[in-house]
Amino acid sequence: METKVNLIPIHVMGKQYMVPDTLTVMKAMEYAGYQLTRGCGCRGGICGACGIAFRLPDSYKIEVGLACQAMAQPGMYLAVLPFFPNKRGIHDLNKVKAAVDTFKALYPEVFKCVSCNTCTKSCPMSIEVMDYINAVIRGDIVQAAELSFDCVMCGLCTSRCPAEISHANVAILARRLYGSQITPRAEHLAKQVEQVKAGKFNEGLDQLKKADVNKLKELYKAREAEPDNTPDEWAPKSNDYL
Amino acid sequence: MNKISYYPGCTLSNTAKNFDLSARESMKALGWELDELPRWNCCGTVYSLASDNLINHVAPIRLLVHTQELGRDKLTTLCSMCYHTLKMSNLMVQKDRDKLEKINFFTKDKDAEYKGRVEVLHLLEILKNDIGFANIKEKISRPLKGLKLASYYGCLLTRPKAAAIDDVEMPTIMGDLINSLGAQAVYDPCLTECCGSYHTVMDQEVVADKAERIISSAIKNGAEAIVTSCPLCFFNLDERQKNILEKTGKAYDLPILYFTQLLALGLGLGPEVCKFDLHHIDPRPLLKAKSII
Repeated sequence: METKVNLIPIHVMGKQYMVPDTLTVMKAMEYAGYQLTRGCGCRGGICGACGIAFRLPDSYKIEVGLACQAMAQPGMYLAVLPFFPNKRGIHDLNKVKAAVDTFKALYPEVFKCVSCNTCTKSCPMSIEVMDYINAVIRGDIVQAAELSFDCVMCGLCTSRCPAEISHANVAILARRLYGSQITPRAEHLAKQVEQVKAGKFNEGLDQLKKADVNKLKELYKAREAEPDNTPDEWAPKSNDYL
Repeated sequence: MNKISYYPGCTLSNTAKNFDLSARESMKALGWELDELPRWNCCGTVYSLASDNLINHVAPIRLLVHTQELGRDKLTTLCSMCYHTLKMSNLMVQKDRDKLEKINFFTKDKDAEYKGRVEVLHLLEILKNDIGFANIKEKISRPLKGLKLASYYGCLLTRPKAAAIDDVEMPTIMGDLINSLGAQAVYDPCLTECCGSYHTVMDQEVVADKAERIISSAIKNGAEAIVTSCPLCFFNLDERQKNILEKTGKAYDLPILYFTQLLALGLGLGPEVCKFDLHHIDPRPLLKAKSII
């Protein structure tokens, strides 16, 4: 059976190619003959390596997105932005405080934000970027860390920011401070590490190492795993290895 | 419980938590909830006077859009700088529809268009007009007897006239509140002088001079503390007493207070809502001497 392919024109860095209209920008570029060694990573919209900027016909807007997620559209003009220069505030995590003053010292440009919201509009992960930048400005590191959690560091917000903020690195600092100084320490982890060191699991591991394939399969099938939708009160039947 | 949309601003969420907490708790005691906007950004800090610099008005207008989206027509704030920026930007777009249209055209991708109908109010205006100082007086369980206080308005609460919460030259709104709390408002001619504002970053000496003039004038007129509504005025008058001491050897040790801290104490709330540990000059010895705490 013959399949009809609808070809559309796209312009990659100024040169026109006819590509099928069912492809993402990344696949369209490969269809056109590009071999991607940079600006291409997970192909699943989560690594942030394949930023692009583009315009569509009959629109004044500068659009940005990820090449592996954005669809090729008729008449689009695009450029790839595999990397966007970000400023990095070098710091020793043990010496900086989880306070707004740390951001003032390392990323003073954050306070130039005029709340234009262009960063939020450009985010392929639909993060409320402007809101987390404003959380930083008012010293709310918890909110900044939580709002920015999905950041893939593609740098598209930075490419569009009139205040020249390096959002992704500001967000990383917020999450480092959150993780190291604000969230409670996992006391049970230290206890578990002690138990590992004391050899609590040696015997069990030895048994597994000695077991043959059939025994391993049997143990694997009989294992007790946390169910997919874990109820709040779930606990394993055996506490032997906790 | 009455509810009003509330914009705390960055400083009240950070270094001026004593202002924010004492206001929220006092208002609760008066039957009002300061309902913080669920999403908010920096107000812009300074009202831009450049006629062609509309981008600096996007931040305050965005906050008015958030208020409008909640179906509210009033937004209150405490910080003099936030109040001034919000009030002035609001007045600007209410007067100049072209500018409003331009800002809306810029922001409308994600946010609703601002219709220009939200009213920006300083909390002092709500205390005076919606609650009434006479009603507050009735609810005072711990009158601040024997406390002599100078009101300090600074630049932004009464200037320019369009944004003034009271008379431009001779405001009395804070003094009237002080009197209704059982304290005694003393007149101080420096009440609308500038504290030196952001010069505090670049030139602490200039601000120390300004602060000394304001503080010594208040003391000369019998004040035992100065009352303010601005975290920057507060900082310049409180913290810069360090510089005055270094420079002149004079230790004025004059406590600076937010009007909401006095309101909280008058309403019988505990000193913990006033967070006096955030003050450079500790007001507690004075308040203890007057048997207020």
